This record gives sequence, C-alpha cells and structure tokens, in this order.
Amino acid sequence: MARAVTPRRKLINTGLAWAVGLLIFFPILWTILTSFKTEAQAIASPPIFLGFDWTLENYSVVMERSNYARFLWNSILIAGGSTILGLIVAVPAAWSMAFVPSRRTKDILLWMLSTKMLPAVGVLYPIYLLFIQLGLLDSRAGLVIVMMLINLPIIVWMLYTYFREIPVEILEAARMDGATLKEEVLYILTPMAIPGIASTMLLNFILAWNEAFWTLNLTAVNAAPLTAFIASYSSPEGLFFAKLSAASTMAIAPILILGWFSQKQLVRGLTFGAVK
Amino acid sequence: MGQIQLKQVTKSFGDVQVIPPLDLTIEDGEFTVFVGPSGCGKSTLLRLIAGLEDITTGHIEIDGKDATDLVPAKRGLAMVFQSYALYPHMSVRKNIAFPLKMAGMDQAEIEKRISGAASVLNLTDYLDRRPGQLSGGQRQRVAIGRAIVREPAAFLFDEPLSNLDAALRVGMRLEISELHERLKTTMIYVTHDQVEAMTMADKIVVLRAGHIEQVGSPLELYHRPRNEFVAGFIGSPKMNIFGGAEAKKYGGEKAGIRPEHIDVSKTEGTWKGVVGVAEHLGSDTFIHVHDTGLADMVTVRITGDIQAKHGDTIYLTPQLDQMHKFDAQGLRIA
Amino acid sequence: MATKASRSAARLMMAPAVILLLGWMLVPLIMTLWFSFRTYLPLRGGDLGWAGFDNYVRFVSSSAFWPAVQTTLVIVLGVLIITVCLGIVLAILLDQPMWGQGVVRILVIAPFFVMPTVSALVWKNMFMDPVNGLFSHLWRFFGADPVSWLSDAATPSIIMIVSWQWLPFATLILLTAIQSLDSEQLEAAEMDGAPHLKRFWFIILPHLSRAITIVILIQTIFLLAIFAEIFVTTGGAFGTRTLSYLIFQRVLESQNVGLGSAGGVYAIILANIVAIFLMRIVGKNLDN
Repeated sequence: MARAVTPRRKLINTGLAWAVGLLIFFPILWTILTSFKTEAQAIASPPIFLGFDWTLENYSVVMERSNYARFLWNSILIAGGSTILGLIVAVPAAWSMAFVPSRRTKDILLWMLSTKMLPAVGVLYPIYLLFIQLGLLDSRAGLVIVMMLINLPIIVWMLYTYFREIPVEILEAARMDGATLKEEVLYILTPMAIPGIASTMLLNFILAWNEAFWTLNLTAVNAAPLTAFIASYSSPEGLFFAKLSAASTMAIAPILILGWFSQKQLVRGLTFGAVK
Repeated sequence: MGQIQLKQVTKSFGDVQVIPPLDLTIEDGEFTVFVGPSGCGKSTLLRLIAGLEDITTGHIEIDGKDATDLVPAKRGLAMVFQSYALYPHMSVRKNIAFPLKMAGMDQAEIEKRISGAASVLNLTDYLDRRPGQLSGGQRQRVAIGRAIVREPAAFLFDEPLSNLDAALRVGMRLEISELHERLKTTMIYVTHDQVEAMTMADKIVVLRAGHIEQVGSPLELYHRPRNEFVAGFIGSPKMNIFGGAEAKKYGGEKAGIRPEHIDVSKTEGTWKGVVGVAEHLGSDTFIHVHDTGLADMVTVRITGDIQAKHGDTIYLTPQLDQMHKFDAQGLRIA
Repeated sequence: MATKASRSAARLMMAPAVILLLGWMLVPLIMTLWFSFRTYLPLRGGDLGWAGFDNYVRFVSSSAFWPAVQTTLVIVLGVLIITVCLGIVLAILLDQPMWGQGVVRILVIAPFFVMPTVSALVWKNMFMDPVNGLFSHLWRFFGADPVSWLSDAATPSIIMIVSWQWLPFATLILLTAIQSLDSEQLEAAEMDGAPHLKRFWFIILPHLSRAITIVILIQTIFLLAIFAEIFVTTGGAFGTRTLSYLIFQRVLESQNVGLGSAGGVYAIILANIVAIFLMRIVGKNLDN
C-alpha cells in the first residue's frame, strides 16, 4: 500500500503515535530510570526525571541480598527446560497432524486447545497434592513438567500452522529419494521449519518465564523463579522504590529483549493461527 | 530394467472407490502417458505405483517382483513432481545429491554423477544456487536431475510441465523426449494435455473416472478410438460427433469426423452451414460452422489458407473412410 | 499422502502429546470432582466423608460468592471494553504512515512482556502509592488530595493495571487484522465517495469483527484466571476478590478443599462456556 500522504499528515501521525507509544511504555521506562536512582531521589517530590546521580548501587544490593542469580537461573531452567521438552513432544505430534491428517485431527487439535482453557485454580489442589506425593513440590523438575504441559497445546498449534505451510510434495519427494521418516523430519522438515520452530520456542519461553500462578503456588525456596522473587518484594521492601525497580528491571529485561524479536510471530501463536 | 505390472489394483478413499479393479502392464523402456480429464484418477494411479499411497486391493509388480508392500524408497523409482518439490534450503548440488546420500553412496561417486547430470541438463553453472534463485525451467531440470542420478528402474512424472509457460513447455517436452531416447528407461508420465500425450508417448493410457478407456499407441488412439470418449479426448481440434438421423445414415447411433477429414466447398457438398468464426493460423485455417443440423458447431480444419468470413454459406463433405461410428453405448463399430 | 505405514507412524508420533495432555486434564479434573463431593479439611482432620452437593450449595450461598461474581464480571468487562476500544484506535493509528513505525510498535507491545508480578508491583508502589507514588505527585501538583488507589478505588485500579498489560495483545492482533485488509477495498470505497467515518464503520470494522471476537474470547479466558495482579496488590481485599481468587483462598488459605473444589468445578464450567465459542471460530478456521 503505497499511498501518498502529505508530509503534514505524516508528521501529525508520527507525533501522535509516538506520544501514545511513550505513554504506554512510560511505566517500564520509569522503572528502569528509577533503578539507577538513590532511594531518596526515587521518592523525591517533585519526581526527578533525568537529572539525578546515576548509580548502580541498587543492583548490587539486590543481587547481594536476594541471591538474584539463583532466581534467574531457576527462571532460565524452568522456561528453557519446559520449552525444549515441549518441543520434543510437540514436533512429532504436529508432523502427524499436518501431514497425515485424519478425520480426527481437527477434534484432537481443538481438544488440546481446550485443555489450555482449564482454569488453573480449579485444579490447584489436586496438583498440589500430587506434587507432595511425588516429591515434586518446590522442585525445578516439577515446574518444568507443569510449564511444559500448560504450554504444550500452544506449541503443537503453532508448529502445526507452520508445518501446514510446507508443501507435502517436498516431504514425498524426500520419501521417494529414500529418506526414512527420521531423515525426512531431520533433514527436510526441520530445516524448512526453522523460522517457525524458533518463534514457537521464543513465545513459549516468554510465556513460561512470565507464568505466575503455578510458580507462586508450587515453589518456596529451591525452585522459585523470578516471578516469586518479585512477589517477595510485595511488602515492605516494595517501598524501597529504587531497589524494587532494580529487581524489576532485572526480571523483565531478558524477556523484553526476546519479546521484541518474536512480536511478529506472537499474533499467530496467541490466536492459535486464527489471525495471521 | 523397469517393467511395471498392475494386477487387479483398486484404490478406495473411505467408501469411495476411485480406482476400480485395473490391470496394466508397462514394458521396460516404454514411455507411457496417463492422460485424462482432471479427477480421472491418473495422479492417484501414479502415486499408487510410487508407493505414496497404499493400494486397497491387488498387486503391483516391478520387474516381476511383488512391490505392493514396499515403501517408496525401496521401489527403485524416481518421481518428478508437479511443483518440482525441490528442497528450498539446499543448493542445487545438494538437492541432486540427496537421494544418493540417502542411499549411502560414497562421495566420489556422488560427485561424478552430479557433474554428469549437470552437464546433460545444462545445470553446471547453477550447482551452487538455491532453488529460489532459479527460473521455472531450471527448477524443472533440477527436479529431473535429482531423478536421473539415481539411475532408477523407472521415472514417474506428475504433470511436470503444467507450471511452465507455453513456450518453455514445448522446449521441455522435447528435452524429456530426448532424455528418454538417450536413457531408454521406463517413463510414466501423467498429463491432462492430450498434445503432450500424443507427442511424447510410446503408449497412451486414457483414463476416465478410474477406468482405463483405451490403451494404445498415439496413432492407434487417433485412428481407431475405442469409444466416443477417447474419440473426443484425443485430437485437436476435437472430433465432431453427432447423433440422430444423420449418424444412422453412416451406420451408427453416433458418428464422428475429425476436423481435418472434412472437405470444404463454396458451392456443393454433403452438409450446408454458415461460417461463425474462421481462425487463420497461416499454415491451417480452423472454420467453426453453424446451422449444419449436425451439432451446435462443426469445426473444420483446412491446410493452408481459405477465404471464409463470418456469415458465409459453406458446404462440407466428410471423407467417408475417415468416419468413426459408435453404437448406443458409445462403443466403436467396426 | 497416506499409506498404512505413515498413518501408524503418525499415531505413534502423536501418542506422547495426547497421552500427556489427557493425563494432565483428567487426573486433576477427576480429583477436583471427587473432592468437591467430600468434606475435606486437610488441617482439621482431612477427609471427613461424603458431602453430597453441600459444597456446591455452600459455595454459592456464601456471602462472598455474589460479590466475587460481580467483581469478576466488572474486571473482565472493564478490561475488555478498555482494551478492545483503545486497541482499535491504536491499531488504526499504528497503521498510518509515519516515521519510526517499528519503534512505536515495540513501545506499545512492551507491557505484554512484563511479568504480571512486576507490573502489579510497579503500579502498586511506584504509581499508586498514596504518599510517594507518581500519581500522588501528580494530584498534589494540581492541588488535589492524593488518592489511596488500591484501597479506595481498588477494582478500577486493578482494571487499569490489567488493561495496561493486555492492551498490547489487543492492539497487536487488531493491527495484524487491519494490515490484512485489502487497500483496494478502501480505495474503492473512497472512489465511491464514502467519508472517513463511514469507511471505518462499513469496511474496517466489519473486517475486524473476527479479530475482535478472537481478542475478546482469548482475553476472557485469561482474565477469568488473573491471579498475580490481585495476589500482589490487594490480596483480595477491598472488593477485589474475583471468583478464582475466592477459590484460591478457600483451598489454600482456609484449607477447605471440598468447598474450594466445588468452586473450581463452577470455574471450569464457566471457562468451558467461553471456550466453546472460541473453539467454534478456531475450528472453522481450520477448515480452509
């Protein structure tokens, strides 16, 4: 759509859009800025926007006091582990549904989607109980499994929509060329679907990273990821704005960066391919 | 070697039988074309031979050995797909090498075969490009290259030219024919274009709704179509077929005459009609004639040029020895 | 392509995913159903026997139930209205030609990637704190008395926080939908003399209707389950106790598993009603 627009119109659009964009982004910006202030400057009245003494003190305090590294490591392990595990289970399933569809394929896909809609609170206690029985409470392995299960439908769906864009004939050609099923998936399908698989991984990683119901309810000390780390700032440390900001910035920075890379694929993943 | 035999082969999708029991033998070295209107089951038949679909009942034998339950890779056949099905993430070289690699061939032999195929197909300069950087005709050649390096028992072509423009199609048609002359390997070629069938085939198999209507050489099909369907399908422009009293006069329920077997006169003849459109091709002239009382429109093909314009009255005389007669079931009489 | 070999391979390859999800769905679901018919107090004697429908009746007749339903509805509807309306406006704005479109897009999307506990805490302390929050500074600047947001206007505050989190989602999806609109359609309408507002009303909005429906359904499912935002800010106090938070409290805080499970069954039924509509749309999309 190459429609000519007057420079004036474009200028107005630009100004308006930037104003709105900055307004929406402001809480994040403010958090990041505050994280570099001293506690006194953080609550100064009137608020100081940029003219403060930049300091990294808050970061070192937060790291020292709350063992940030361990929470971070837990977040990475849980989000990463569940993503990889989910992919291992989902790639074969999505292959089957995309390339050997049967009359039941659609029903299975929709059913998988429906498990995603089970309200977590409805099954909290049984899971809690099972975790105690299995010794999984407050363990990273337990959370990896739960995260994998709650995001599995999304992974299968996303892969399915990506796989469906690959012409079956190419896989058939590989079969004619003597590739076994394993070789077909490994040498032909996977390389062709790499962009799709990558964005599926990214979105799943983000969702697992930000998940805050199961991580809050099934962890205490050992397996607690960053969501729990931040929740522990609820009070009274929350009143130390600068430290809260530093902790928050550290919790969201990795995912903000990843998220910006995945924004294009986000739509497809979150709408189960219904909007592309 | 590459003799392929289908014995009482059927194929059903669910409750729908798309291929009723079918017997067919394709001899070693033969260029066989499956031709028929879309949906006639010709592609399905090819895929059954390839092993990409299971046959429901019956047997497929390749070189006398039962291949019914073999996976595609083990049948020793190579296929060229309509969309070429090149691996987009691999260079031309890797595409062609893929089947050899899967077969576990050693690198030196792979290199030898690639350069052999590349020089035959004029691909030497493109070996390191990706399929996305090639033109349609070049992609087609890569697909063929990928097939020939395997030295298969037979080649299967699934409408390989339908994605090319008209000029390229004629060129590729010749190339494939030449390839067959050189390799002398069995080729099975699926197309809906009867011109491709007539020009390339040693043997044509005309299919309709999964049934074989006729098997024969191009000229057999042209001169002695077994039934009305084959008569109408083979030949361009189409045979003029008419029924009624006029047909009875020639001894059939229906009668047909090809456009090139009708003589034209401005003054006298068997049938009288009015010129609708005259298409002047230079070498030939096609005249579409209305109001003959035979069919809505009778097409006549005249070698050379003739003065005829819209609205002219014209007389047509069929060459009686070229008249085709069919009974009530549409089967050929005599 | 479908041979017996590939079909059986397909079944085999699908099995792990199906079995895992089936287990994940059925085991806890059956346990919840079972508990909901028991008097089950882990801290006061454990499983005290069959309760029939007592838990179901008690859950609904408790004084906390209807307020919780009302809160849930207010929060879900409030967030939906705000995000969908602003989302449409933003999507149209972002679709206009401008400089730095990519950057603005990123700015707008960013809140979606902020983990819920962080956004709840940041809003609660740095913006809504009645003494040091940015809003209190703003109010004082204009000479007004600062508001204790999370106690005096708790529900609207939570709506605001959650809307901030979900606005990017709505915007992103609606923007994608707008961009798929054939510009020739709009140009044709322009040729036909339709003014801006009419073009929006008769062409853009109908084109967006499917995307809007999807946004509403998906958000509803997530919004019915919001947890961290309430857990961190008010802990369910000041009239912000939603249905799912009420169930959470029954199960974990007052350790009445039977009662909580009955509530859980209600929540599951509610979510399924929404889910059915979503599946219809998604399912239809699968056919083409």
